[in-house]
Amino acid sequence: MQRIGVFVCWCGSNIAGTVDVAKVAEALKSEPGVVLSTNYQYMCSQAGQEMIKEAVKEHKLTGLVICSCSPRMHEATFRKTAAAAGINPYMVEIANIREQCSWIHKDMEEGTEKAIVLGRTAIAKVNLNAPLTPGESPVTKRALVIGGGIAGIQTALDIADAGFYVDIVEKKPTIGGKMAQLDKTFPTLDCAACILTPKMVDVAQHERIRIFSYSEVESVKGFVGNFDVTIRKKARYVKEDVCTGCGLCTEKCPQKKVPNEFNLGMDNRRAIYIPFAQAVPKVATIDADYCTMLKTGKCGVCSKVCTAKAIDYTQKDEFIEEKYGAIVAATGFNPISMDKFDEFAYSQSKDVITSLEFERLMNAAGPTAGKLLRPSDGVHPHKIVFVQCVGSRCASCAEKGKEYCSKICCMYTAKHAMLTRDKYPDTDVTVFYIDVRTPGKQFDEFYRRAVEEYGVHYIKGMVGKVSPEGNKLIVQGSDLIANKQLKIEADLVVLAAAIEPDKSARPLATMLTASMDTNDFFTEAHPKLRPVESPTAGIFLSGACQGPKDIPETVSQAGAAAAKVIGLLAKDKLTGNPCVAHSDEMMCNGCSSCEKVCPYGAITYSDKEFRGPNRTTLIRRVASVNEAICQGCGCCTVACPSGAMDLKGFASKQIMAEVDAICK
Amino acid sequence: MKVSYFPGCTLKTKAKDLDNYARKCAEVLGVTLEEIPAWQCCGGVFTTSRDEIATKLSSVRALNDAKQKGQPLVSVCSACHNVIKQTNAAMQNDEEFAFKVNNYISPDEYHGETKVYHYLELLRDVIGFDKLKEKVVKPLTGRKIAAYYGCLLLRPGKVMAMDDVENPTIMEDLIRALGAEPVVYAYRNECCGGYIALESKELAKEKSQKVTSNAQEKGAEAIVTACPLCRYNLIKNGTEVPVVYFTELLAEALGIKE
Repeated sequence: MQRIGVFVCWCGSNIAGTVDVAKVAEALKSEPGVVLSTNYQYMCSQAGQEMIKEAVKEHKLTGLVICSCSPRMHEATFRKTAAAAGINPYMVEIANIREQCSWIHKDMEEGTEKAIVLGRTAIAKVNLNAPLTPGESPVTKRALVIGGGIAGIQTALDIADAGFYVDIVEKKPTIGGKMAQLDKTFPTLDCAACILTPKMVDVAQHERIRIFSYSEVESVKGFVGNFDVTIRKKARYVKEDVCTGCGLCTEKCPQKKVPNEFNLGMDNRRAIYIPFAQAVPKVATIDADYCTMLKTGKCGVCSKVCTAKAIDYTQKDEFIEEKYGAIVAATGFNPISMDKFDEFAYSQSKDVITSLEFERLMNAAGPTAGKLLRPSDGVHPHKIVFVQCVGSRCASCAEKGKEYCSKICCMYTAKHAMLTRDKYPDTDVTVFYIDVRTPGKQFDEFYRRAVEEYGVHYIKGMVGKVSPEGNKLIVQGSDLIANKQLKIEADLVVLAAAIEPDKSARPLATMLTASMDTNDFFTEAHPKLRPVESPTAGIFLSGACQGPKDIPETVSQAGAAAAKVIGLLAKDKLTGNPCVAHSDEMMCNGCSSCEKVCPYGAITYSDKEFRGPNRTTLIRRVASVNEAICQGCGCCTVACPSGAMDLKGFASKQIMAEVDAICK
Repeated sequence: MKVSYFPGCTLKTKAKDLDNYARKCAEVLGVTLEEIPAWQCCGGVFTTSRDEIATKLSSVRALNDAKQKGQPLVSVCSACHNVIKQTNAAMQNDEEFAFKVNNYISPDEYHGETKVYHYLELLRDVIGFDKLKEKVVKPLTGRKIAAYYGCLLLRPGKVMAMDDVENPTIMEDLIRALGAEPVVYAYRNECCGGYIALESKELAKEKSQKVTSNAQEKGAEAIVTACPLCRYNLIKNGTEVPVVYFTELLAEALGIKE
């Protein structure tokens, strides 16, 4: 029989305002197992905790029931108190009489009655609690960062600087991501390449960082501290360790008509290419879809001109297996396709472009060497219309757009408008917006500068139609403030396309058993308090794969994710959560129901020998739970038809005892 | 193959070409259009008055007639198709509406069972543009034709479910199948002005001219449409360019145009 102490907290007036705490304590005195029931103003305070410790000693308590706030708030606190008093921490139960009782009730009598029921319920459970000891597992002190954009780069650098090994897997031939394609960055207007490329070099030169470029994660197994990952290194047909990056092959390759993805197809590259001058690793890659040698076996020009003898047409995909303690998803974003937004005539005119294309047009290393020229005829545009929220905040058109705000467009559009006016004062710039959203340090000041100092015309309203007529684009839009329909003859129209997570994120999330929201952004463990962790232990989130983010925010989040990874890798052993599932082998019938519902892949089956009647041996297929992977969600206990699966700390009989106590 | 056919009022008066060629071409393509006996106005004039039951009844009667025969219902006028398809969707999804309507047409209950096709969908989804191409005897090689969709054919997109409302391809694909070159232009799915001519001649002119001049500027030598009102407006108010029904073009390519 347990000896249970009940401690009813007032939480100042938070609980005591609508719950008669003295009455609750009195009522719970007569419950089975209870040897002490008392109340105090602030149980969580130093004095309150001391009171509990004293009571444990004095009354030789074996279990505690704290009637207070949500267990999310102070369960850990009271478990520590219990441990300090010499009781197993899992002999503590919290009855939540604040969030689920006093805060939602106004009537004292009702509140008190409910608090008594909740207390009684917790007592019923503690009566059946057993001491639990968390298991331990070792930690592989190496992190995997998936994605080599600014998010992945920053996370990798921070982890490596703290003394741990990091591998970056990047699917493109170079790291750098979207930021490498940008011209200037808001709100300070420093050149993106000037602040990014040194970081890329730092990554390349860091003794604890390895870059797997042109590679993808093939499979992930294992659990926090012990992930087994297979990485597919795609054949680039160039020996990475031999290539010097001289670029001669990329000049001599006769296949000149390959759309250059780095410039968003606005110019061409060769079939063998280095994405841009500051690429890391600075190694050539052969595009197998276009290479004449790989397709027909006739050519071999690059191989002939390569003095380093780095070309290898026989290269095959390579698989690398590595162990990691932590994995960071940093898969980034892409602008959405403009296919379904043809009211803006994107498919009809080369002079309707997206903002990312505009970045390339303004970039000194872009297709026009930084001169702002119309893609159709190479003429300098004198009238530019920017359209914000193309596909963002699109509640009524969710089948083609996104319901959310893409967050970065207001600022980069202000930047584009300002830079245009600064470089080309003869160019008139108009921006159509639904709202201008500029929360961020120095952000609103930046936008005001575009309006006030640079004379950018901001018009509240949306564009309904863009019609290419002659060499002009007729933009039809509404000015909601003047209540007028506008018709503007523009030379160039720039669409601020909504952003969406990279397409690789969904299959990766499946591999990682990390959850995603309906928009395919990774879900965080807690939207406010654990924003850089996935609910799956050991998986961390960095950058825009978790939600739309600008560079400053991405870098902060990348650092935060690194800090969490460092915190994990710094441990030699991980203490698990002992409230995990376990299977009673004698009852298990091997049906696999639990294995199918387990979202974490914690359940495995194996054939085991059992002693049968008359000294026979039976071999039966039974489930076993890997306690290090199990998160204690309880899905398997519900799915198990034979009742073999149960959750420690939340056993079926404990839950039923609670239900009985409520219904009493 | 036999299908139920709802011509609609305009096809019996001003838009006889749309009707005649639709029937003849269908025959050539192996589909018989069986005109619904004693059909009444689709209710097109009342298309926006959602609370009115009586105006939708004739559509439902036509749909129910097709249901009894176990045939899909085909129409060719954009406005008729719009009303019939929207009414059919309402009969499927709006219980209160269906209940009220069914009070009038009892004893047969109708709940949107009939499959509704626009003639263009019949060509694309039932006959197939590839099959159609094989039947072309006079390919319209070298002709540059602009498709004009107007507002009713595609919208509301979720209900009509014919094509992408902003970037449709069904008529361009038809034009291509007939051997001509489709001309894509920005105003192909904007309003022609509709009934605004009754209120403001100026505005009607502006709307129609935008469409025709935009198409001409992109090199169109003719415009095809499925809507009698659009055709009327474009001819009356637009710039000078031939505007014909898509069925006429089809008949020409199939070698049956008189």
